[in-house]
Amino acid sequence: MRRILILLAVVAMLAAACSSSSDETTTTGAGDSDGTGATTTAAAAVESDLQAKVNACQPGETDGDLNLYNWTEYIPYGSEAEDYEVTDLVAKFEEETGVKIVQTFYEDNETMLAQIEAGGAPYDIIVPSDYMVSTMADPEVGLLVKINKDAIPNLKNLDPLFSDLPFDPNGDYSVPYQAGTSGLGFAYAALDEAGVDYENGISWGLVFDPEMSEPFAGKISMLNDERETLGAALKYLGYSVNTTSQDELDEATAILKEANSRIAAYDSAAFDDLLMSGETVIAHGWNGGFLGSFDQASTDDYDAYEDYGYMVPEEGGIIWVDLMAIPVTAEHPCTALTFMNFILDAENGGDLTNYTYYMSPNLAAHEYIDPEILSDEMVFPSEETMAKLEFIADVGDFSLQYSDAFAQAKG
Amino acid sequence: MSVQQGTAHRPWVDRVLSINGWIIFGFLYLPILILIIYSFSDSKIVGVWGGFTWKWYGRMLTNPEMMGALANSAKVALISTIASTILGTMGALALDRYRKWLGKGAFDVIMYLPVIIPEVTMGAMLLIWFTQVLPVNLSIVTIILGHIAFSTSFVAIIVRARLANLDDSLEEAAMDLYADRWVTFKRVTLPLIMPGVMGGALLALTLSLDDVIITEFVQGPGASLLPVYVFGLIKRQVTPEINAVSTLMLGISMVLVFVSLAFQARSISKSKTKET
Repeated sequence: MRRILILLAVVAMLAAACSSSSDETTTTGAGDSDGTGATTTAAAAVESDLQAKVNACQPGETDGDLNLYNWTEYIPYGSEAEDYEVTDLVAKFEEETGVKIVQTFYEDNETMLAQIEAGGAPYDIIVPSDYMVSTMADPEVGLLVKINKDAIPNLKNLDPLFSDLPFDPNGDYSVPYQAGTSGLGFAYAALDEAGVDYENGISWGLVFDPEMSEPFAGKISMLNDERETLGAALKYLGYSVNTTSQDELDEATAILKEANSRIAAYDSAAFDDLLMSGETVIAHGWNGGFLGSFDQASTDDYDAYEDYGYMVPEEGGIIWVDLMAIPVTAEHPCTALTFMNFILDAENGGDLTNYTYYMSPNLAAHEYIDPEILSDEMVFPSEETMAKLEFIADVGDFSLQYSDAFAQAKG
Repeated sequence: MSVQQGTAHRPWVDRVLSINGWIIFGFLYLPILILIIYSFSDSKIVGVWGGFTWKWYGRMLTNPEMMGALANSAKVALISTIASTILGTMGALALDRYRKWLGKGAFDVIMYLPVIIPEVTMGAMLLIWFTQVLPVNLSIVTIILGHIAFSTSFVAIIVRARLANLDDSLEEAAMDLYADRWVTFKRVTLPLIMPGVMGGALLALTLSLDDVIITEFVQGPGASLLPVYVFGLIKRQVTPEINAVSTLMLGISMVLVFVSLAFQARSISKSKTKET
């Protein structure tokens, strides 16, 4: 009995210690000891502090080393830069500004979101993909600070197409980094054999039209992504990929379900490998993935581009963009803005695309991009195609319908 | 005699069993062998042989991001393995030795929790713990603490299994001979449970070296680990550089296994010579 009492006393002491320490943190953060709701005030106070700092930054100003939270190998650095014969942008930035770049990598938007949401992850720049910006910038969530456009004079270099994105109107919270499309990769031999004419473009019918698609049955892969793959079906039907009409979505679900028997795999990671190894002859995927694989398969004696192709089907497709943003946990916001400006520089933007083989949202960079990449419609689609591309927008609660529809179609 | 007859009468059982053994062996190790072979392939596509080359190893060694991630991984694995081995062994001893103490039942169950809860849950849990409750900034330290948190349970479970088979009378005998508790532990208990401790340590090391999910939740600026880095590479492109770095990691873990085996063999032979 005595032991139980001692234990209870210890527990009570621990609890008291915990609660007092958490009180301390909230009060020091907020600057007042209001008790209830102190945490939210603290967050708001910190956030507006940071916003004030951001607004006061001058072009080219730095306030410490840059904590860059980026995707793996998404900026030319070290021997990688040498391999691609482009400027080492990390070294160049460090040389120009005198501050260091500390790189950390993530491979999933959602985990990154969780880290920023929890706080305690002091990254100065994050590179979320399109929809994630609207999720994080949502005032109710409030995970991003508004950028200070005066501190980024190179914003003038931005392609107007990217200056008013559906997930970040006016570009208040983000600056585009790299962009690309999704469409169909294919083996020419298979299309020839089936007598498909691809000279003037291809159609989503290669997947969704029962007759046109029949020769490729069992040799088709689609992305394992509800918005991308249902988006393809919606495009084939002539609807918007952001439709919130249940009827249109039902129709798309029905044709995807019908096509299901011809689809060998739903794969978002190895769609290019499946195509190159002959497992599939038609593959739905992102241009960067195909390009990387085609390029790597090519040697001095073999040109993979003669055997494989990638096109955005004539009905249109989806365009994606990764954007730089400053999270509320940032500690060096001025360096972050200077980095954004650095990436939007014409020459640096050129080096970036020469390394990633992705579309550059930096119009001024075009003259520095390898002409071979610039003229490649796989990277920079024709104006005609561009006009038919759509960004994936946040559809709010309707996204649940997309999840349901996709699960239903896949069976 | 009867045992001998039994086996002699059914040689096909032996044969089937040995074939089965080889099949399992192949199933486990052929993919690793293929991975190693293709790390020497002079083709940019993984899985297409293009002649022998060392170039992926050269590229790996000159890739500062990858080497940084590898160094971080090694640091985290080493520290978390040592810490979780000590904590796990202590926990196992406490649970096994002291038959009755308040909360033992609960502690016993909780010990197994990190083994059975999904990694995503554990990752999110640790993230909230570090950033909201403590609160500290995420860094390499939080990764190490996170790895200790899940490895300790595995070590404890393995050491407990070893302790369960331990003959208590050996310790009692030592204490009868005026060995105090510490000497008993050092000279009798620890050598006896050493294989369990070593096994637990190796498991902790392996878990730490290839953990992606929990690491990604608790990683801080400049502290990317190799598995997260490699996973991220897939988004861009997969080259045999990944095979090369995997081979390197495999080599390191194999060296560690051999070292520990040699260590155990030596201690066994030492105790045998003492006996005679």
